[in-house]
Amino acid sequence: MAKMNMLQAINNALDLAMAKDDGVLCFGEDVGHFGGVFRATSKLQEKYGKARCFNTPLTEQGIAGFANGMAAQGMKPVAEIQFADYIFPAFDQIVNETAKFRYRSGNEFNVGGLVFRTPYGGGIAGGHYHSQSPEAYFAHTPGLKIVVPRDPAQAKGLLLAAINCPDPVIFFEPKKLYRASVGEVSEEYYEIPLGKAEVLQQGKDVTVLAWGAQMEIIQKAVDMAQAEGISCEVIDLRSIQPWDVDTVAESVMKTGRLVINHEAPLTGGFAAEIASTIQKKCFLHLESPIERVCGLDIPYPLALEKEYVPDHLKTYEAIKRSVNF
Amino acid sequence: MTNPNNATISTVYTAEFTSGHALQIPTLRILQDDGSIYPGAEVPQLDQATALKMYDSMQFIRILDERMLAAQRQGRISFYMQCLGEEAATVGSAAALDDKDMIMAQYREQGALRYRGFSLEQFMNQLFSNEKDLGKGRQMPVHYGSKDIYYMTISSPLGTQIPQASGYAYAQKLRGLKNTTICYFGEGAASEGDFHAGLNMAAVHKAPVLFFCRNNGYAISTPANEQFKGDGIACRGVGYGIKAIRVDGADILAVYKATQMARDYALEHEEPILIESIAYRLGAHSSSDDPSGYRSKEEEELWRKNDPISRYRLWLVKQGWLNEEEDKAKSDALRQEILDALKVAEKVAKPGIEHLMSDVYETPIPLLNEQLEELKAHIRKYPDAYPVTAGRFE
Repeated sequence: MAKMNMLQAINNALDLAMAKDDGVLCFGEDVGHFGGVFRATSKLQEKYGKARCFNTPLTEQGIAGFANGMAAQGMKPVAEIQFADYIFPAFDQIVNETAKFRYRSGNEFNVGGLVFRTPYGGGIAGGHYHSQSPEAYFAHTPGLKIVVPRDPAQAKGLLLAAINCPDPVIFFEPKKLYRASVGEVSEEYYEIPLGKAEVLQQGKDVTVLAWGAQMEIIQKAVDMAQAEGISCEVIDLRSIQPWDVDTVAESVMKTGRLVINHEAPLTGGFAAEIASTIQKKCFLHLESPIERVCGLDIPYPLALEKEYVPDHLKTYEAIKRSVNF
Repeated sequence: MTNPNNATISTVYTAEFTSGHALQIPTLRILQDDGSIYPGAEVPQLDQATALKMYDSMQFIRILDERMLAAQRQGRISFYMQCLGEEAATVGSAAALDDKDMIMAQYREQGALRYRGFSLEQFMNQLFSNEKDLGKGRQMPVHYGSKDIYYMTISSPLGTQIPQASGYAYAQKLRGLKNTTICYFGEGAASEGDFHAGLNMAAVHKAPVLFFCRNNGYAISTPANEQFKGDGIACRGVGYGIKAIRVDGADILAVYKATQMARDYALEHEEPILIESIAYRLGAHSSSDDPSGYRSKEEEELWRKNDPISRYRLWLVKQGWLNEEEDKAKSDALRQEILDALKVAEKVAKPGIEHLMSDVYETPIPLLNEQLEELKAHIRKYPDAYPVTAGRFE
């Protein structure tokens, strides 16, 4: 085991994947010699050469299209989009190409092995162009798998599973935690299965669910609620698509209550999908309406960022509303 | 099949490639490093008042950048981007325009903004995202904009302004305005699909837009030789049927001349023009960047000798238009003025809570009003957690 922050864990995962399989490549804007603006690909060019770790011209649609082509040939490209806010020029390549490659060809061709890594989320005074959480746009596109890790050990295991996955994966990295989240990480190769949620804390009164950087926020709210005698079950969804309906439903059947938190705006956010499915699966077990604690339905602000975010206090209030309904 | 746009297309009977480097575009230079004029070069028509306004704008930006980068390092503002080394490119081009020509910039063109008349207070209010900021404190520092002075608000995503500039200029033409739109972007942004879309649309629809590419050698850490393999950006204009010119971007007289000529041509012929300015980005990409990870001090020093301000200063002195002692005193006074303005702006309150919801739509939709009321109730309950807005609303 070694102490790593999330960037080091991601770097370590990429290193192991490139060592294990010479079909794994890393590229994107500033990814080569410099090692990426956040340094997630640091030293990989030095170690594996310019052919396997390189800078691209500044074109996200180019990066995504290039990655599609490479993956169609059988390689495993790990393409970096510098900020999730800048993924939209690549939207066509990802939504119409990556997601449909296998289906439209009757499985003659596929882009399995392709991973888009991209930092997402706020809390860094980034305003609306360096803070967005666009997972719901992609969750609405069949054919893509979507993963969001919460800490260094999770990031490493989930990223290695994503690279080894026969389907294309978008890997959203909570940039707020890149250096802030530090933990013990095994230096060995290991995978954490995609599509599996993790129950981090058992409880009986209410299930509190989030993913990525919001996990530490809900934990803070849960600690406040526990101090008042509310027993919370805490779940990290980890994969947005496919999402682990069974684990969440089982928990809600036990607690009868659900609070979902995400940083993206409320309307059309993935919490809506979860709430809808859970109210159907658990209808007779629900003791109160499912609560969503999300971003406001506005572009991510700057000066009033604190007011926008679904923080621990808003989550705590939702937990109390849910329990006292 | 022949090219329908070119009736005189020639035919060969032996297979031969045209080289990817067949087209070499020369660089216009007028002003030498020592402040003298290149032999054979012609100084553009420039009166003393305009020449000094250009100089003052460059100096203002140089000193503002220095001061505000320091303020960022002190934690007083969250982020900053310098224009260092590109003052001539941004000021010289803006000076060649009419005050009602639209400016659509990328994010490093504060020189153009200052020349247009953006005040020190306006700069500060944006940088501190306070309630007097025209953008209502919504965007990161340096994302300026002002309708009054025809400066479109900056958007961080790269290259998005390029096809917009084509559309804006096309609309100016349809309205019968004798105005153009200048569109600034970097050589990195020229790799975005929007660059190709924007130039082609402007060419096809004859939009009088000036595409001004600031080729400053780096897109964050990526050097130009990993960005493209052709002869810079100017040659691409030719591929779209657009006239192009390349200038030394550290030479303000050359930039002024090229832009003036481009503007005249664009309006007279209703056509776009592509200008490529070559001026090294002497500073870091932004306050979040450290260039020592990707380029040498020696390389930076080499370009520092090319300083756009010092050579222009020497020329102005030679003209008898500038007194060096007075200039120094003026710069010192400006430093103090900036510091004073900074101290004022940082004490101005942040925008009120209603500005979370304003401008998402022209009138807030019911959902937003509902969310605002819920938020207010929450803040009333936990005022200490939201010090920026607590106690500032009914």
